[in-house]
Amino acid sequence: MTAPTRPLAPATSGQLATFRLDGDLYGIEVEHVQEVLRSQQLTRVPLAPTAVAGLINLRGQVVTAIELRERLGRPPRPEGTDPVVIVVRLHGEAVSMLVDSIADVVDVDAGDFEAPPDTLEGQSRDLIRGAYKLDGKLLLALDVQKAVSA
Amino acid sequence: MDGLDDIVEEFLVESHENLDQLDTDLVALEQEPDSRERLSSIFRTIHTIKGTSGFLAFNRLEEVTHVGENMLSRLRDGELALTPARTSVLLLMVDTVRSLLTSIEATGGEASVDVSAVVAAISAAMEDGPAAPAPAPAPAPAPAPVAEAPAEAAAKPAARKAPAEAAAKPAARKAPAKAPAAAKAPAKRAPRAKPAPAPVEELHDVPQDDLLDDLSDEPLTAAPAVEEHPVPEPAAADHHPEGEAVPADAAGGQVRRAVADSTIRVDVDLLDELMLLVGELVLTRNQIVQYVGRSTDTDLVRASQRLNLIASELQEGVMKTRMQPIDHIWSKLPRVVRDLGIQCGKNVRLEMEGKDTELDKTLLEAVKDPLTHLVRNSVDHGIEAPDARKKAGKAAEGVLTLRARHESGQVVVEVADDGAGIDPVKLGARAVQRGLLTQDALARMSPADILQLIFLPGFSTAAAVTNVSGRGVGMDVVKTNIESIGGTIEVESEPGVGTVCRLRIPLTLAIVPALTVECAADRYAIPQISLQELVSLDAEKAVNAVEEVGGAQVYRLRGELLPLVRLTDVLGLTSERHDGHVVIAVLRSEGRRFGLVVDRVINTEEIVVKAVGGQLKSIGLYSGATVLGDGTVALILDVQALARRALRTETAERQESRTTSLQTAAAETERQRMLLAAIGGGRRVAIPLDTVTRLEQVRTEAVEKVGNREVVQYRGAILPIVRLDRHLGAYGESDREVLEVIVYADHGRSVAIVVEEILDIVDGEAAVRSDIDDMGLLGSAVLGDKVTELLDVRAAILAADPAFYSHSSAPTGVSDSLLEV
Repeated sequence: MTAPTRPLAPATSGQLATFRLDGDLYGIEVEHVQEVLRSQQLTRVPLAPTAVAGLINLRGQVVTAIELRERLGRPPRPEGTDPVVIVVRLHGEAVSMLVDSIADVVDVDAGDFEAPPDTLEGQSRDLIRGAYKLDGKLLLALDVQKAVSA
Repeated sequence: MDGLDDIVEEFLVESHENLDQLDTDLVALEQEPDSRERLSSIFRTIHTIKGTSGFLAFNRLEEVTHVGENMLSRLRDGELALTPARTSVLLLMVDTVRSLLTSIEATGGEASVDVSAVVAAISAAMEDGPAAPAPAPAPAPAPAPVAEAPAEAAAKPAARKAPAEAAAKPAARKAPAKAPAAAKAPAKRAPRAKPAPAPVEELHDVPQDDLLDDLSDEPLTAAPAVEEHPVPEPAAADHHPEGEAVPADAAGGQVRRAVADSTIRVDVDLLDELMLLVGELVLTRNQIVQYVGRSTDTDLVRASQRLNLIASELQEGVMKTRMQPIDHIWSKLPRVVRDLGIQCGKNVRLEMEGKDTELDKTLLEAVKDPLTHLVRNSVDHGIEAPDARKKAGKAAEGVLTLRARHESGQVVVEVADDGAGIDPVKLGARAVQRGLLTQDALARMSPADILQLIFLPGFSTAAAVTNVSGRGVGMDVVKTNIESIGGTIEVESEPGVGTVCRLRIPLTLAIVPALTVECAADRYAIPQISLQELVSLDAEKAVNAVEEVGGAQVYRLRGELLPLVRLTDVLGLTSERHDGHVVIAVLRSEGRRFGLVVDRVINTEEIVVKAVGGQLKSIGLYSGATVLGDGTVALILDVQALARRALRTETAERQESRTTSLQTAAAETERQRMLLAAIGGGRRVAIPLDTVTRLEQVRTEAVEKVGNREVVQYRGAILPIVRLDRHLGAYGESDREVLEVIVYADHGRSVAIVVEEILDIVDGEAAVRSDIDDMGLLGSAVLGDKVTELLDVRAAILAADPAFYSHSSAPTGVSDSLLEV
């Protein structure tokens, strides 16, 4: 996405559910989050896009799991570490994302928001709407809609 | 009772529902007399009943509803104010309507109910202008009894209205005026008091009531409670006895439940929800049964068995609630057939068998259009014009037959006509002409296969089959629609006799029986509707039985070549089975059979189909996912997509090789896949594989002699035999018990080529050719490191059957006229 779309990135105030991925802190609107689960048994889906980690049985419902590291172009999760599953609900459909670990729910202020730096490259550029400048760290606002539409 | 036809029955069910709504509405209206909405709703309901009753010639019903409607319309338009009295007459009307319906239901008529009183009451309630509703006529004679009542009732609470004695008249008169004006004050009193006035017969009660009304609440609770009853009763009293007596004589008791009581209408969404829950239950059941299977606790085992049973029955029951007879969609077809018949100048009679066959509502919707399309096709293209039929020695009237039946967990629906049928020769020629098929490919197709061409997309153009227009119009769409609900379609036709289109549809969509298989340590589910059989080959057998066709594997299933597709290859995985054992699921899709090689067959179980997320839909190989007994998710394979994907490459390749083969004969030989066979004396010949339709084994004793030729009976036909060894001057063993036979077919004629042994199938492209021209050979080549002779198939066949090609001098460029064998 190029310049014209950038200013459109909404700088919202509100609550973000945050999580860590490859050392960075990300956040998604808290109202999208349905639940957070520990590592689940995944059924792989041959021939699926690489970001599709597999399918999860969520109390009888079959939910697709998206590997967010893959989606953001990050290196694979180190061996032996289990991902955490964040189940989000979008347009009535549940999708889940695999992240490294879950963090707090953070109140953010639109005033702290800044569009992503132009140096941000690759897949992340489409998925990260911008960053909230928190004390001592940056909270990257993830476009959850785009992130799960692998 | 038998006169109670469908329309009336439907009317009754509907009206009963409407009446219940009416009761609710009327009562609610009393609470909020100004509600336009309620009034309109009531008006509509009455109007509906009136309309239908007029149509069905229920005159009394019409009469009652008509006056009721009049009153309601005036209420609605604000010409009348709703008073409790008017509410009462309306309620009375509802009761009367109800008893009329009961009577209609019981006797088929309404004669037993007298409506004049109600009509009069309603009219009266309307006549007296805004200020004087029903009570008006009542109070007039009323004072008399009232006068008595207070007299004796000094001690009773009622007596406390003694002072009212004087006010008896004013009170009565005042009542109506008060109702609208002082609605808030005696709101709850007024409605109670008013019901009484309505029935004209119950006059003596009325004034008392009215008076009580004015006095205090105490008597109200007592007196009106008693008094109110007469209101519905006069109406009910008239017909209730009859209502019950009549069915008793007519139907011999109350065996037959009232129509309205025996059915309910349920929101389809609710049923879907139930179905979903039952699906979950089935899953949990599977899980528990699987878990308990390992247990030794007999009580637990018994309980789980019961659970198993109950869950199955529940599932069946819920499924049934969604079942509807196919007649729901068939009932529209006679009209379609009639209109279309007239339009096409054809005489068509529609016959239906199995109207009651039920299938799931959603499926019913899904097959509606395809079915209509097939019926239209049959009338339009299948059945001939009367003249043509007479010429063909048939009755001028064509017969179109719809048949439906349940068959092994599926619904089979057939659309059959006794029309001209589809001529495979013309159809094939047309396909070639349209460039959908090469002549060569066509030549090797059986008539049955050729018929399936009508489902090819792009084949749907006019003049494809008959002179009128195409049988194939939109047939690809029909096929797609049917397959999208997991069904299959096939067509059979005999020229001059007729055509049958057969749909096979699953009973329901949500829960399907499936085969679970393992492949590369994952499990997949294959809907059983596509599954034909399972073949398991141990390592030793597999080595011989699975043959290679230029890299593509085939298995000889009872003589037929079954292309094999390895699921691991399709999915890009690596098999975990290394013992050489081969498990083949024989699947059928779009009229083609193929064998899906999997690692292991796990189980057959009922699975609940879950949609997969949008991210996976684009892959196209999975029709959904399911949760297995142990809670893991398994993907459901889309057999149609699998077939298309796995077999397409192969077909495309073949297509390609054929196209080039048409250009030069030399190139043809080079690019073809060859069947290698030993013919004795260490000699090997190669036969172009695309001329081979089958590999068979024939017992020597089955070979018979006709003149100096050898023949064998094969599938109801007589096949001339050519022994390659003799033909080519080799010397094979002649005392074999079983002959290896290659069946070659062209334009409906076949010969059996006997070889010593079928060795292999190789890709001819790599061959190094030389031109050793010998009789019966085209040359030789190095195939599989050995010099192999290339058989001149044509010569070999002519040796066996000199007449084989006599119908077509040029086998590669067959014109339409020559095709008409």
